[in-house]
Amino acid sequence: MKTLNILTKIDRRIIFLLIFFGVAVPLLVTINFKLGVTKNVRKVYNMVEETQENSKVVISYDYGPSTKPEIQPMAIALLNHAFRKKLRVICVALWPMGVQMCNEALETTLQHFPDLKYGKDYVNLGYKTGGQVTINHMAKNFRSTFPTDEGGTPIDELPILNGINNFNKIAFIIGLSAGDPGIKQWVQVAHDSYGKPVAGGSTAVQVPFLLPYVNKQQQLTGLIGGLKGAAEYEKLINLPGFATKGMDAQSIAHLIIILFIIIGNIGYFASKKQKGKIKS
Amino acid sequence: MTYIIERIGIWIGAFLTFAILSFLYKDNPFYKIAEQIFIGISAGYWFIYTIYNILIPNLFTPVLTDLSANRLLLIPAFLGFLMLCRLIPKIDWVSRYPISFVMGTTAGMSLILFLRSDIIKQTSETMMNPFSAPDLAATIGQLILIIGTITGIIYFFFSKKHEGAFGTTAKVGIYFLMISFGAAFGYTIMARISLLIGRLNFLLGNWLGIIKP
Repeated sequence: MKTLNILTKIDRRIIFLLIFFGVAVPLLVTINFKLGVTKNVRKVYNMVEETQENSKVVISYDYGPSTKPEIQPMAIALLNHAFRKKLRVICVALWPMGVQMCNEALETTLQHFPDLKYGKDYVNLGYKTGGQVTINHMAKNFRSTFPTDEGGTPIDELPILNGINNFNKIAFIIGLSAGDPGIKQWVQVAHDSYGKPVAGGSTAVQVPFLLPYVNKQQQLTGLIGGLKGAAEYEKLINLPGFATKGMDAQSIAHLIIILFIIIGNIGYFASKKQKGKIKS
Repeated sequence: MTYIIERIGIWIGAFLTFAILSFLYKDNPFYKIAEQIFIGISAGYWFIYTIYNILIPNLFTPVLTDLSANRLLLIPAFLGFLMLCRLIPKIDWVSRYPISFVMGTTAGMSLILFLRSDIIKQTSETMMNPFSAPDLAATIGQLILIIGTITGIIYFFFSKKHEGAFGTTAKVGIYFLMISFGAAFGYTIMARISLLIGRLNFLLGNWLGIIKP
């Protein structure tokens, strides 16, 4: 019993070290664990897949560098898919650093699509403060919300925005969000007030709070959750990237955590039993 | 030259990553240095960002270039100025007016949005015939959803003592809450590990060049 008691007193630094190596080694050596695709990610994929060529879509970059490892792979995968389907992408940001995240995602993606032209096939309108107020204003008057793009070019000079005065000519909106403002505001305003299809990609932390919106009323058409969701999307478009590689490390780290939860519980019940014996 | 600057940036990034991770061993001066740098840079970044990306394009440029068309902007500008009076103790009470304005408009706007999206739509989503589902698994899932929602709400009903049948139902609600907290915890772990993967990818890729970043 005393040996089992030791299990409750493992130094946390040993656990940290094991997690560190558990994550580092799979990054060096590819394992390729099998990965299934969940219904919610497939819904987002289907939405992009079934949208007509040349449709204009909005992708909102509502995250910053702190959550980049989780959301950036989704952004790249979604851009790849949208460009393959010949959709025209209008990027906006409700978070200031979203502008940079968008530019980085575009830079990576455009390596596969050298013929696409800025202003015609895609555009980055930059950041606008205000959250739900901004979305509401976009729905009423898109042009006055974003009179210029991120670089200061008036939107009248950008062909992609011809005829875009509100949400009417936007096929769908995808919010890539790490918090507030983000997907929730897009659902509340763009979908629930203006009936525009909204899908999302979020950090894993947010998933339990956003899942209720993926319902029969399609408040959210689908949800890509965390690194796993991003890996699933990469699988669907057959373009393995950072998320697919990261899932090996993620799985090993989870195994280590589960192992220590089991060890901790064995130790806990052993010490409880011992205390019971002492009392009796 | 650009390459050298980039390399220096990567080395600083690697140092700061190790400095932050060193807190896992114990609190130490390296961690404190990294923490202070982070706070300082964040504050500085936001200050400059607010001026150049919010105030100048949304207020100063429109007002200075075409005042007659943008007179309305002077109202939020004035309210913003009043907010700064908080810094002067003698007239700090003035700042309460813009704060109350912000509180009032935010509450008013959010109330409608939350009422529609989170109460009406979510409640109607729960009001369903569980037996209309296409297969047995879906029926069971819908039944669990209904039971979980009702028992969860009963747990949060504190005007009646949790005893007897009411108490038992509330207890079932606790189990549902525990399961949902467990799921949330699992997702949180996944998020944190993802961040560690991102940092290790930076160290092994950008810094050491062992893997492709």
